[in-house]
Amino acid sequence: SWRDALLLQRRLHQAAMPFCSAVLADGIDRSSDAFSRNSAIVRDLVSQLQSNTLMVLAGGGSQAVERNRSRNKLLPRERIDRMIDPGSSFLELSQLAGYDLYEDSLPSGGIITGIGPVHGRLCMFVANDPTVKGGTYYPITVKKHLRAQEIAAECKLPCIYLVDSGGANLPRQADVFPDKDNFGRIFYNQAKMSAEGIPQIALVLGSCTAGGAYIPAMADESVIVKGNGTIFLAGPPLVKAATGEEVSAEDLGGASLHCRISGVSDHFAEDEIHGLMIGRNIIKNLHMAGKWTNSLPSISCSYKDPLHDEKELRLIAPVDQKQPFDVRSIIARIVDGSEFDEFKKFYGTTLVTGFARIYGQEVGIIGNNGILFTESALKGSHFIELCAQRKIPLIFLQNITGFMVGSKSEASGIAKAGAKMVMAVSCSKVSKITIIVGGSFGAGNYGMCGRAYSPNFLFLWPTAKISVMGGNQAAGVLAQIERSNKKRQGFEWSKEEEEKFKSKVVEAYDREGSPYFSTARLWDDGIIHPSDTRKVIGLCLSASIKSDPEETKYGVFRM
Amino acid sequence: LSTPAAAEEGRRIEKILVANRGEIACRVMRTARRLGIQTVAVYSDADRAALHVKSSDEAVRIGPPPARASYLNASAIVEAALRTGAQAIHPGYGFLSESADFGQLCETEGLIFIGPRASAIKDMGDKSASKRIMGAAGVPLVPGYHGDNQDVNFLKLEAEKIGYPILIKPTHGGGGKGMRIVNGPDEFVESFMGAQREAAASFGINTILLEKYITHPRHVEVQVFGDKHGNVIHLNERDCSVQRRHQKIIEEAPAPNITDEFRSHIGKAAVSAAKAVGYYSAGTVEFIVDTISGEFYFMEMNTRLQVEHPVTEMIVGQDLVEWQIRVANGEQLPLTQEQVPLIGHSFEARIYAENVPKGFLPATGTLNHYRPVPVSSTVRVETGVEEGDTVSMHYDPMIAKLVVWGENRHAALSKLKNCLVNFQVAGLPTNITFLHMLADHWAFEKGLVETHFIEHFKSDLFPDEVLEETNVAAKLSATIAAACICENEHTTLRETIPSDNRLLPLWYSRPPFRMHHNAKCIMELEWDKEQTSSFQEILKLVITYEQDGSYFIEIEDGASLGSEVRVLPVGDGNYKVDVNGLQSNATLAIYSKDLNKHIEIWHGKHHFHFRQTARLEQSSEDGLQHKTSLQTSHPKGSVLAPMAGLVVKVLLENGAFVEAGQPVLVLEAMKMEHVVKSPRAGYVNELQVTAGQQVFDTTMLFNIKDKQED
Repeated sequence: SWRDALLLQRRLHQAAMPFCSAVLADGIDRSSDAFSRNSAIVRDLVSQLQSNTLMVLAGGGSQAVERNRSRNKLLPRERIDRMIDPGSSFLELSQLAGYDLYEDSLPSGGIITGIGPVHGRLCMFVANDPTVKGGTYYPITVKKHLRAQEIAAECKLPCIYLVDSGGANLPRQADVFPDKDNFGRIFYNQAKMSAEGIPQIALVLGSCTAGGAYIPAMADESVIVKGNGTIFLAGPPLVKAATGEEVSAEDLGGASLHCRISGVSDHFAEDEIHGLMIGRNIIKNLHMAGKWTNSLPSISCSYKDPLHDEKELRLIAPVDQKQPFDVRSIIARIVDGSEFDEFKKFYGTTLVTGFARIYGQEVGIIGNNGILFTESALKGSHFIELCAQRKIPLIFLQNITGFMVGSKSEASGIAKAGAKMVMAVSCSKVSKITIIVGGSFGAGNYGMCGRAYSPNFLFLWPTAKISVMGGNQAAGVLAQIERSNKKRQGFEWSKEEEEKFKSKVVEAYDREGSPYFSTARLWDDGIIHPSDTRKVIGLCLSASIKSDPEETKYGVFRM
Repeated sequence: LSTPAAAEEGRRIEKILVANRGEIACRVMRTARRLGIQTVAVYSDADRAALHVKSSDEAVRIGPPPARASYLNASAIVEAALRTGAQAIHPGYGFLSESADFGQLCETEGLIFIGPRASAIKDMGDKSASKRIMGAAGVPLVPGYHGDNQDVNFLKLEAEKIGYPILIKPTHGGGGKGMRIVNGPDEFVESFMGAQREAAASFGINTILLEKYITHPRHVEVQVFGDKHGNVIHLNERDCSVQRRHQKIIEEAPAPNITDEFRSHIGKAAVSAAKAVGYYSAGTVEFIVDTISGEFYFMEMNTRLQVEHPVTEMIVGQDLVEWQIRVANGEQLPLTQEQVPLIGHSFEARIYAENVPKGFLPATGTLNHYRPVPVSSTVRVETGVEEGDTVSMHYDPMIAKLVVWGENRHAALSKLKNCLVNFQVAGLPTNITFLHMLADHWAFEKGLVETHFIEHFKSDLFPDEVLEETNVAAKLSATIAAACICENEHTTLRETIPSDNRLLPLWYSRPPFRMHHNAKCIMELEWDKEQTSSFQEILKLVITYEQDGSYFIEIEDGASLGSEVRVLPVGDGNYKVDVNGLQSNATLAIYSKDLNKHIEIWHGKHHFHFRQTARLEQSSEDGLQHKTSLQTSHPKGSVLAPMAGLVVKVLLENGAFVEAGQPVLVLEAMKMEHVVKSPRAGYVNELQVTAGQQVFDTTMLFNIKDKQED
C-alpha cells in the first residue's frame, strides 16, 4: 500500500543518514544591548581572573625564586614540565587555593597539583612549592594535597609527589595535625592507594622533614637528589637539642645515607634533572601488566570541532541570574560539531538534557535553563538513570537559582522530585564533571552535582555565584525575622536601619558567593577560562573514564 | 667502431668483475650496465650489504675487512672472476689498480685486465726509472742533480746552475727528514752539512740530491688515453692543486688561468710520456707547474683511471670507463686528437668523513642522514654509500664525489657552491662546510690555485673565532630546530603511545594546555662548532607555545629579541618554516649517539650541528659544572684516541716518565700514521692498548699522572 511505501522510504532516508544529529543554532543576538553589556562584564571578570592567576603563578616572590634557583632547584611547575611528556598538556587544579584566605599570601596554597601524562600514562602530580613559606603545610595545603589524592584514587592515577617541604606549618598545627582530614590522612591515602595498586612515587627534591619524611617512606618507589634532598624525622637543630649530637643535614638524611645505608630511598639522583628523569623512568617501567588488555575498542580518534567558536564563551557567559539564558549556546560551543541530541526536549524545559560527543567521547549533558520544576527534576533523574545504565559520563552545566517554591510547587511534590534527582546523582557510578557557569543556589547546587556529590571534577567560570540562596532573598528573609524580633522586644526598626542591615547581608553573600571565596577554600577544582571549557572537560574525561565502570545501584526512590 | 681485429679475437667482454668497492665500483658498473655488460662485485665481510654489492648482478666474498686480506688479495679476486665466468677485471683506482703483478696474473689466467699493459705499470711505478724514461723521451723534468758526486763545492756549483731556491734532499728516507730549502749560495754549505748529518742519523746513508725548489707550484695533470693500436691522445688537463695532507679535495677541468698554447704544450708532453711506455687505456700524467716561471715538469704518471676523471668526462662529453672497455676489447679510440672537444668547465669536490679542525683526520661513523643533491645532466654525485651505512676505519673515508658542470668557470663554481650547501650528511663529521668555504674563497674564485693554497689562506679557512654572520645564522638555526623539535614531539608522542584511553591524544594536542598561561619549555642546544678551534657553545632557548600554534622562541644571550616561529612539517625531515613572517625551508636530521640527541639542520646556506643532552638540561649557570652520571667522564689527564684506527706501535710502558709532547704511541688509519703525544710531563698510566689493537674514536688510550703509582 502507499502507506508501507512511505514508511519504507522514510526508513531508507534514515539509513542514508545514520549519524544525523541535531545541530544547535548559534543562538546569540550579537546586536543586542544585553549582549554587549554582558560581554563587557565577562571580559572584566576574565581579565580579573587572569591577573589574579598571574600573581599566584609567580610563586613565593622573586627573592624566594632566586634563592631556589641558587640551590640548583627548579620551580614546582618547571619540575612538572620536565616530568610530563615533552610538549604535552598539564591540567592544573585549584591554582587559586588559599587566595585571600590567610593574612599572608599563600600562592596556590603552597602546593601545585594536577594531571599530566608521563610516557603516555596520566599521573597525578603533587608538588610542594618551596618558595611559598618553605613549602610548609597550611590547612588549605593539606586540603589541596588530599583533594589531589582523592582524584587520583577515584581515577586510579599513579601519584607522583615532588617533595620539597618543611612539613606542617607549626603555628597552625592545631588546624593541620590532628583531625581526620588533616596531615595524617596523606599517608593513610598513600597506604590505601598502594594497596589498591595505584603506584605511589616520591621524588625528594628538597627537605622532607618530620611528617614530610613519611611521604617518601610510604611511597612504592622513591628518588632522592644528592645535595638537595634530605629525609629525616628531625633536622640537625632538633637533633642537637634532643640528644646533643652534631650532624650535618647531608649526613643525617642525605641521598647517600638513604640510598646506601637506611634504604629509605631507592634511587640516587646526581641532580634534580637526573632525579626527574629517574621519575619518568619509574613510570615507564610501571607496565601495569594486564591493564591494557581490557582495552576498549578504539572507536575513532577523529572528531569535529564545534561549529560555533568556543572562544565566544568569554562573551556570552551568564552574569545576571535575572536574565533568561539558554544553556544551549554553551553546549553549542563545547560539543563536537555542535551536535546535540536532546532528550525530552519539550518536557520540563527548564532543564536541558541530551547526548553529545566531546572529542569523540559520548557524554550526557545536563544544563539549567531556569528554575527547577517538578517536571524538570523528574526529567533530570530519568536522564541520569539512562546515562548510568549506558555508562555514559555526565556533564553538568550549572546555572541554577534553585527549585521552584510556592504552594503549587510543594503540592506537586517538588521535594520528592528533587530528592529523586539527588538520589540519581549520588548513586550513579559514571564519570561526572560539573561546571558552574553562573548561579549555583540552594538545592539546585545539590541536584546538579555540586561539590558534596563528588563529581570527579568541578570547575567554576569567573561568572559563578554560589550560596544557599541569593543575597537579596537572604536579606529579605533575615530582615523579616529581625523585624519581628525587634517588634517582640518593642523596638521600632527604621527604614534606613533595615536597608543597612539588608545591604550588610547582601555584601556578605556577595563576598562568600564569589568564585574566589569558593576556590580559595577548595570548594571546587579551580576557576577556568570559559573558552577553555571544552578542553578542560576533554582532559577531565580522559582522566576519569574507567575502562570497566561499576554498575550503578540506587537507593529507595520516593515515588 | 668495432674493428676487425676485435671481431677476430672473438673475446668481447660480456661480464666484468670490478675489483674495487665504493663509488668507483658503482660508477664502473653503471657504465657496464649501460653497455649491456654483466657485472660482478667483490666484497669483504665489512661490505656484505654495501651499495656496490647491491648494484651488481653477482657478488663474491673475498675475505675479511682489512684490505690486505680482501681487496688487495689478488688471487682471491682472480678466483672470483673465474668462478663467475667474468672475462675481464676492472681494478678501479687504488687497491690493485697499479699492481703490475696483478695485471700479469690476470693475463696468465686468461682474464682481460682493463687498464694498461703490465710493463707500462711497472715502468711508471718506479719513480726514478720513470724519470729516466721521461728524460730520454724529452719530457721536461724538474732541474736537479741526482748524481754520485757528494763534494760540497761541486754540489754548490750544481746548485748555482739550477738556480735558487734549491731543495736539498737525502736520497733515502722520507717524511721530510733532512730536507732543507736553500734560498741563496751563502746558506748552502751549512744547510748541506746539516742535511747530511740528519740523513746519516736517520737513515744511515748520507747521500744527497739537489732539486729546483718551486715556491709556488700548481698541480696540473693531463688525461691521456691510448688504444692497443698505438694511438694516444690527451683529453685536456685538470688542475688538482688544492690539496690537504697531500690529497686532492677540489679538482677542476680545464685548469684555470692557462693559455691554449700552454694546454697544447703540456698535452703533447703528456702524450709523449704515454707513448714512451707503449701506453694504452686511461692514464694521467702529472706535472708540477712553476707559477712564477710558467714552466712545467713531469712528476709521475698514474696508470689507471683517476678519482677525478669525471671532471674530464664533463668537459669532453665522453664516458672514460666505456673507452676503457672498448680499448680492452681491442677497439680503436673513438676520437682523434683534433676531435677532442673542450666544453665549459667542471669541478669535483670530494666529500670525506673527516675531522677538519683536527688536521683533517679521517672520521668514522654512521650516515644517519644522507641526502646528496639531486643529479641532473650538469650535476653528478658519485657515491658508494647509502643512508644508514657506516664509514668504517678499514677503507678510504670518502663519502661521495660531487661533480658539476657549467658553461664557464664562474657558472660551474656557483653551481658547486650551491650543491655543497644542499648536500646533506649527518651522523659523522665531514668536510662539506670546509669545501664550501674553499670554493667561496676570493682567491679560489679568481683561480689563484696552488699546492699551498690551504696553508696559504689558513687564517681565512680556519678562523679562530666564529664569524658574526655565522653566529647569527647559528642562533636562527637553533631557533628553527627548537620549533621543529617541539612540533615533532607532539605528533610523534600522539601517534606512538599505546593506550586504551581514546582521549589520550588530547593531552598531546598543540599547543599544550596550561591553566591560564602558555606552556613554556627550555631547550639547551650545544652548538658543535665543527669548523673552529672553540668547540662548543651552549644555546639556551626559551620556547613559549602560543595559542595560535606558533612558538615564541628567545635565546638567553642578552641580545635576543625573540622570534615568532611557525613550522609545517612536509615529511622526510623537511619543514616549511616561518620566522617573523619570513618563510623558508629547512631540513632536520635527528639521531641518537653516545647518549645524546643530535640535531643537524640545513637552513639557507648553513648547516649546523647541535647536541641535546638527553633532556638533561641544567637549570642554572653553575649547573654546567655539575656532571650527571649519564655523561661519560674521563679522569683528568686522559688522552683519547683522536680517530678510530689501528695501534701500530706503543713506544712506552706504564709508569714511564714523559716530557710534554713526547710520543707515546702511533696510530694508523687509512694510510696515515698519527703519533699520539703526551699532553704534559708526567708518568704514563693506564696504558691499556697494545700494538695491533683497533681503537675507536675517543677510546681512552692512557693517562698522564704527576706521580708514579705503585
